[in-house]
Amino acid sequence: MSTSKRRKMVEATEIVKIYGSFRALDRVSLDIFDGEKVVIIGPSGSGKSTLLRSINRLEEIDRGKMIVDGMDIMDPKTDITKVREEVGMVFQSFNLFPHKTVLENLTLAQTVVRKRSKFESEEKAMMLLEKVGLVAKAKAYPGNLSGGQQQRVAIARSLAMDPKMLLFDEPTSALDPEMIGEVLDVMKDLAKDGMTMAVVTHEMGFAREVADRVIFMDAGRIVEEGTPEHFFTAPSHERAKLFLSQIL
Amino acid sequence: MLARPGRYEKLMSIDAKKQIIDVGDGAAIPRKSDRGLFTAWRIAFFGAIGTLIYLVQTKPDPYLNILKFVPDGILVTFQVTLGAILLAIVFGLFTGLGRISKNRFFNGAASLYVEIIRGIPLLVQIFYIYYALGRFVQVPPILSAIIAMAVCYGAYMGEVVRAGIESIHKGQREAALSLGMNGRQTMIHVILPQAVKVILPPVGNEFIALLKDSSLVSIIAVADLLRRGREFASESFTYFETYTVIALIYLIITLFLSKIIGVMEERVSVNK
Repeated sequence: MSTSKRRKMVEATEIVKIYGSFRALDRVSLDIFDGEKVVIIGPSGSGKSTLLRSINRLEEIDRGKMIVDGMDIMDPKTDITKVREEVGMVFQSFNLFPHKTVLENLTLAQTVVRKRSKFESEEKAMMLLEKVGLVAKAKAYPGNLSGGQQQRVAIARSLAMDPKMLLFDEPTSALDPEMIGEVLDVMKDLAKDGMTMAVVTHEMGFAREVADRVIFMDAGRIVEEGTPEHFFTAPSHERAKLFLSQIL
Repeated sequence: MLARPGRYEKLMSIDAKKQIIDVGDGAAIPRKSDRGLFTAWRIAFFGAIGTLIYLVQTKPDPYLNILKFVPDGILVTFQVTLGAILLAIVFGLFTGLGRISKNRFFNGAASLYVEIIRGIPLLVQIFYIYYALGRFVQVPPILSAIIAMAVCYGAYMGEVVRAGIESIHKGQREAALSLGMNGRQTMIHVILPQAVKVILPPVGNEFIALLKDSSLVSIIAVADLLRRGREFASESFTYFETYTVIALIYLIITLFLSKIIGVMEERVSVNK
């Protein structure tokens, strides 16, 4: 594949994460290339969210090496905020700041972290709200938005930092069914624009349409990995076959 | 009232969803939902005012004389309370942040402070700080009273602040961090502004509790409400009458303040 010539955005080697006596991640290795869209699926408790969250060190790994955007994130000398500036994250529960307006949600990190001027950050924010179709809600508070609207704002908030990569942690799992589409549409647009994405999701249609590579995890390991065609039509692993038969 | 056993534990019973911190001390806050308390508040408040007016009308000597003599003391009581609460909030903020800090030194220092203060009666602390300060510097009694009350209440306030911060959903912190904000920026821009709303009602409670406890400073030559009463009583030998008035004034003030806090609480919960 041509991907091997591209730069690696994420280079995870033999990652181990242990909660008490439970191995959430058991020697997981994964490379994600610039511009690549990786969809991670698997049953709950399989470690997919933990893997995603270890990329921006919201979870600290116990063993292994994690290089993100050329920086070793477990190295004590690495300033983790520099990594997080470049790697945005979208959460299942949106996590918008409820005490700030939609516009302020988008400008806060721009001004505080990127040191942009108020004018510049607001201009950027309005441009992104336009992109997610929520210009009219700029002055509203998150509490007055629907779940789908909140998640679109959350995506715009991440984009405001001009990240090199976005992590999506089950972005549609907390949404009412009729709102899932609007969020997935925004994500598909991002994919078309060439954003590097790692997505944990149960939306198989999205995986099929957008993913360059599908990763199936079970019991803290990557069990199967391949193109969507391969994964959805001819999975080789028993666990993957079982999972697909249950979910499709 | 001095050592307050069990008060600290009650502070901790915080409901993250409703974001209300229950405080065991202070006056009961009359909420509209609590009918019985609401009625009791009205009876107590207007009863106290009525009684005071009645006494002054029917027996101007000594009641009117007492009432004319003590307002200076009310002012001092408020000065001590206000000064102490503001200082206590500052102490409380640092203590609360220290208690959740991962830095072992700050955490240890804050925890030690809370443990020591909780174990010493407020009256003893007031004596101690007054005479300990007096050893090294000459400070006016009122200032040493304010410092003593603030040191004590700062420890309790620290627990309020900590509980308030911990009541904020961890997703808020994660969202801020994932945007590249550092711990300090996250605290200042995301966590504390939300925690203030949760902390405000219990701080109001502390204010009332502090106002009542401020009567203790009358022991170190601060001319607060209680001390003015004592002065009047010891000259006129009208102990019963004087302390009746003093008690009624404290009651009216605390009931009035608790009402204000009740209203404030409702405002906060509506704005959410």
